[in-house]
Amino acid sequence: MSIGITTYGVYIPRYRIRVEEIARVWGDDPNDIKKGLGVFEKSVPDRDEDTATIAVEAARSALQRSGLAGVDIGAIYVGSESHPYAVKPTATIVAEAIRATPELMAADYEFACKAGTAALQTCLGLVAADYIKYGMAIGADTAQGAPADALEYTAAAGGAAYVVGKSHVIAEIEDTYSFTTDTFDFWRRQGQQYPKHGGRFTGEPGYFKHVLAGARGLLHKTRSKPEDFDFAVFHQPNGKFPRKVASTLGFSQQQVKQGLVVEKLGNAYSGSSLIGLASVLDVAEPGSRIFMTSFGSGAGSDSFTFRVTEEIGKIQDKAPSVAELLAAPIYLDYAIYAKHKNKIVL
Amino acid sequence: MNVPRFCREIPSRYNLIGTKCENCDTYYFPPRRVCITCRRKGVIREYQFEGSGKVVTHTTIYSAPENFSKMTPYVLAIVELDEGPKLTAQIVCDPSEVKIGMRVKSVFRKLGEEGPDGVIYYGTKFIPA
Ligand SMILES: [Zn+2]
Repeated sequence: MSIGITTYGVYIPRYRIRVEEIARVWGDDPNDIKKGLGVFEKSVPDRDEDTATIAVEAARSALQRSGLAGVDIGAIYVGSESHPYAVKPTATIVAEAIRATPELMAADYEFACKAGTAALQTCLGLVAADYIKYGMAIGADTAQGAPADALEYTAAAGGAAYVVGKSHVIAEIEDTYSFTTDTFDFWRRQGQQYPKHGGRFTGEPGYFKHVLAGARGLLHKTRSKPEDFDFAVFHQPNGKFPRKVASTLGFSQQQVKQGLVVEKLGNAYSGSSLIGLASVLDVAEPGSRIFMTSFGSGAGSDSFTFRVTEEIGKIQDKAPSVAELLAAPIYLDYAIYAKHKNKIVL
Repeated sequence: MNVPRFCREIPSRYNLIGTKCENCDTYYFPPRRVCITCRRKGVIREYQFEGSGKVVTHTTIYSAPENFSKMTPYVLAIVELDEGPKLTAQIVCDPSEVKIGMRVKSVFRKLGEEGPDGVIYYGTKFIPA
């Protein structure tokens, strides 16, 4: 019996800020930034949105797409690096808001930008072992970049929820592989508002080392080649890194294009690769094969291969697509943006 | 608002859980355990509202209590749910955008927080549909 994704849902806040507007405030050349980062605008949460509200909206969208009810969900794991509480789970808020309580397993995950894919692996294991029928994995973040830091151009908000199960599978999870080392590329100490990172535009020794090793590890494990896949999704802290790893690994830019959402979304951290995967599922056809590698600083990567089933057509248009969620945004100026992101301490 | 009271009200705040009298098809929000029309003959069941409705009347809040001060200005409205009940809720939109009769749908948002170290309150607001 196959096991895999039975439904998915995405949430992206309606607000955006353009690279030009941030560059204007800090006196940077917007064309340099856009060329350097491959990002044109990024999503901004509303003043009353946080990781919990984004996770809830993504979870509700996933249920709406499938016809599953909250009581069907036996586990909820929420991956984020911006959980609203330091102590008090986001997963319980989501569980209550989709009426999945009280008979379920729940916990929050943290692993920088790959906590959502770690949650996906946990659900895969629990469903495979028949402990639960359906498990929900969520990656959601409202990422913070310090004012005038390079991260401010990309740190965005958004989330995606995936339900793993054995029936009504829309994309079979064929295999998964992780690559983990103890690396100091990016961190935030308890109680600090903004993260620190070891270098501006380099992806070494974090991103490239772990994404390349993880992707190669899964290709080797599954005895497959890049050309065996229709789509490839990589964690996208900017527009350049995923394109570069794709070409280093031998994937074409055509394979990467549909899953590359960073240009208009920014880096939604734990939501990043999972929203990219949703963008692929929005258009995938039965038989399509998808390769995905997430990345989390600190550092590690989770790779997956998926095979899309005949079931996909039944649910694709039952909830908003990533393209729809990215369309018709409301643009903010820097002052209002600062208020949205709580950068002004009153 | 205090924490225990908020916890008791979570089902209705998060998911618009009310009740319905099966005897006379009347919907109640907040939930009622006794139908005011049928009294003892009433058959009360839990009901989750769809979350669609329209604005009956509205006002814009420019000066709010401390726990809501970061949200100003915001639009407060009486929303009539499609099933009938009316409730007071925040409409997430620009104050110039809200109109009487405007269709709205429910969303999950932060309602407020008790300072930097207190509880964060979540619940239902509405956005233009
Ligand atoms: Zn009655």
